[in-house]
Amino acid sequence: MAQAVAAGQKLWSGGKSPFNVEYGKLMMWYFLMSDAFTFGAFLISYGTIRFSSNSWPDPNQVFRSFPIVGEMPIPLAFVSLMTFILIMSSVTMVLAVGAGHQNDRKGVMKWMFFTILGGLAFLGCQAWEWTHLHHEGAWWGSNPFMNIDGTQSTTNFTNFFFTITGFHGFHVFSGVIINIIMLIMTWKGVFDQKGHYLMIEKAGLYWHFVDLVWVFVFTCFYLL
Amino acid sequence: MDHTHSTPTEAAHDDGHSFSTKAIWRTFWILLIITVVELALAIWYYETDFLPKHFLNGIFVIGTLAKAFFIIAEFMHLRYELKNLIMTIGIPAMLFLWFLGAFLWDGNSFKNLRNNYDRNHVEQSKKVVKEKEGKHEAKKPGAME
Repeated sequence: MAQAVAAGQKLWSGGKSPFNVEYGKLMMWYFLMSDAFTFGAFLISYGTIRFSSNSWPDPNQVFRSFPIVGEMPIPLAFVSLMTFILIMSSVTMVLAVGAGHQNDRKGVMKWMFFTILGGLAFLGCQAWEWTHLHHEGAWWGSNPFMNIDGTQSTTNFTNFFFTITGFHGFHVFSGVIINIIMLIMTWKGVFDQKGHYLMIEKAGLYWHFVDLVWVFVFTCFYLL
Repeated sequence: MDHTHSTPTEAAHDDGHSFSTKAIWRTFWILLIITVVELALAIWYYETDFLPKHFLNGIFVIGTLAKAFFIIAEFMHLRYELKNLIMTIGIPAMLFLWFLGAFLWDGNSFKNLRNNYDRNHVEQSKKVVKEKEGKHEAKKPGAME
């Protein structure tokens, strides 16, 4: 559980980190807080617009395509696959951090490689989803879907969908780039030289954040 | 910067507990099971309509919050940090509760006010559109309600 402070330990008198973490890691946490509020603002504005609308498209009707099977509708299957891929890549990321604690360079490289693969697979899936929806006529400013009660739907639906999943996809993309850089640095022995793999931990925090946001995006757009 | 507090090497190995692969895989299974249950309920609802949607939504929200808790606590390791650090993350996050409630309330109020005072809006949103053959006619820009 949470670490308790030993009696008599002066944390705030200077000379040491009062939270017992490295400066960069603390700053990564606070950056993630700010990013969480940005995503939160987007998702809550989506909720507000939806609450202010008399009706809305049914996600089971809109998101029911799956690659390869053609026109057969399988609601939610594709997004389940995407969620699974991203959670798996989060697990491999934690395993990379764990290998870093053991100073196991080869282990770190192996798990980072799988994490990058997962990230690229997710981006590929998201690209497929976007392309498929676009071919059905959906885009910013263009909504071909009806509301669940059969009435004409608003472009708010597609605007929010593409903006928020796009913003999230951009984070996944930048996370993959960061992870590739981490892999290269590990391979070159930068962390062995420093004596610690803390940078992998910080990249890990960012990657888990990306996964966390996806959990919320997935719920808001596909489930609720 | 670095010379004023514990060096990164010390901080890296000063965890106070051992890294546990078992806890990570346990968390993975918890996340997977929650997600599978949510999806099963969603698909079951799609087929049979067995529960009011609001109730189902409540289950989804609780499932999502549970997943978020596990990802932050275990994957991001926050559970094992100093309590004060956890507080600096957790307490501002409580702002979200007000944020969410206030804005959804506002959205709902907007809907009610508009339905009460804007007859054109009510009529527009009651117009049923016939299902078109083949490719749907896309709604053009500038047609926001």
